[in-house]
Amino acid sequence: MSLLGFCEWLGNTPWSVALHESLSVYPVVESIHVLTLCLFLGLAVMFDLRLIGAIMRSSPVSQVVSRLLPWMRAGFAVMVVTGFILFYGVPVRTYENVFFRVKMVLLILAGLNAWVFHAGVYRKVAAWDLDPTPPLRARIAGGASLLFWACVVIAGRMIAYNWFDKPV
Amino acid sequence: MSVLPFFGWVQSLAVGESIRNSLWLFPAIESLHLLGLAVISGSILLVDMRLFGLGMRNQSVRQIARDAEPWFVTGLIWMLLSGSLLFTSEAIKCYRHWAFWLKMACLFLAIIFTFTIRRRVTMADAATITPFKSRLVAIASLVLWSGVGFGGRWIGFS
Repeated sequence: MSLLGFCEWLGNTPWSVALHESLSVYPVVESIHVLTLCLFLGLAVMFDLRLIGAIMRSSPVSQVVSRLLPWMRAGFAVMVVTGFILFYGVPVRTYENVFFRVKMVLLILAGLNAWVFHAGVYRKVAAWDLDPTPPLRARIAGGASLLFWACVVIAGRMIAYNWFDKPV
Repeated sequence: MSVLPFFGWVQSLAVGESIRNSLWLFPAIESLHLLGLAVISGSILLVDMRLFGLGMRNQSVRQIARDAEPWFVTGLIWMLLSGSLLFTSEAIKCYRHWAFWLKMACLFLAIIFTFTIRRRVTMADAATITPFKSRLVAIASLVLWSGVGFGGRWIGFS
């Protein structure tokens, strides 16, 4: 089955129709998705700013990671779950939406960037933990993360606008 | 005296009209408003979590508050500017929407609270502030700013 076929099947399941037609549940899930951005992205931005040496310059980077990461993970989990529900409610239109596709690619890039950081320069964090301005590779990771997530937010906001939708 | 004429005047301004007449300006400013939301809420959470003894608890409250403040102020100015632009394009709709008034009331109180009581507590000598008091301040701050965020989201539903 093609991805589109899968989305068509998904959109015809009773729960998807109910979600799509609900006047209250969909906006509530959408609001949770947007407002959890404050927890997840808010703290992620603070962490990225530490990586580029723009905030908490006297705090060890490893402490920023260990103290904030659990909260970021919790926020991210809520983002993923609510994001899936939003997709489940409107699968076909979302799948065909160019901003949704761009957002998914950007999410993968943001994830790869985080992985490269944790598997790379962060392994030797003991050597630069207290540097007010971290080494170049850490600054690049922080800057790239800020850029990718900013684009994720913009693309996510644009999904709601249907300029490029095919006429029904 | 009603403030409705004022809202009507704001909506009639050229800047609001160009936003209304453009296909992409409103979504673009909305996106900028959302990016500012990430910065300002991060800077608020960092301090309120610390007041609770969560998050960056190996640093003093004062240290974290000092670190966060420039980002909070920058974020606030950013939000006020982008928010005003959104407002000029649909002032009358805002006037008629309860969520707008909730947001403005919370915003007014949140700004005053942040720069008076919360600032005095975060900048005070840690020994003089009881954990109960810092938690109370954190809760008040989180409740007020949540009201701003919730109201803001709900203006979009009409």
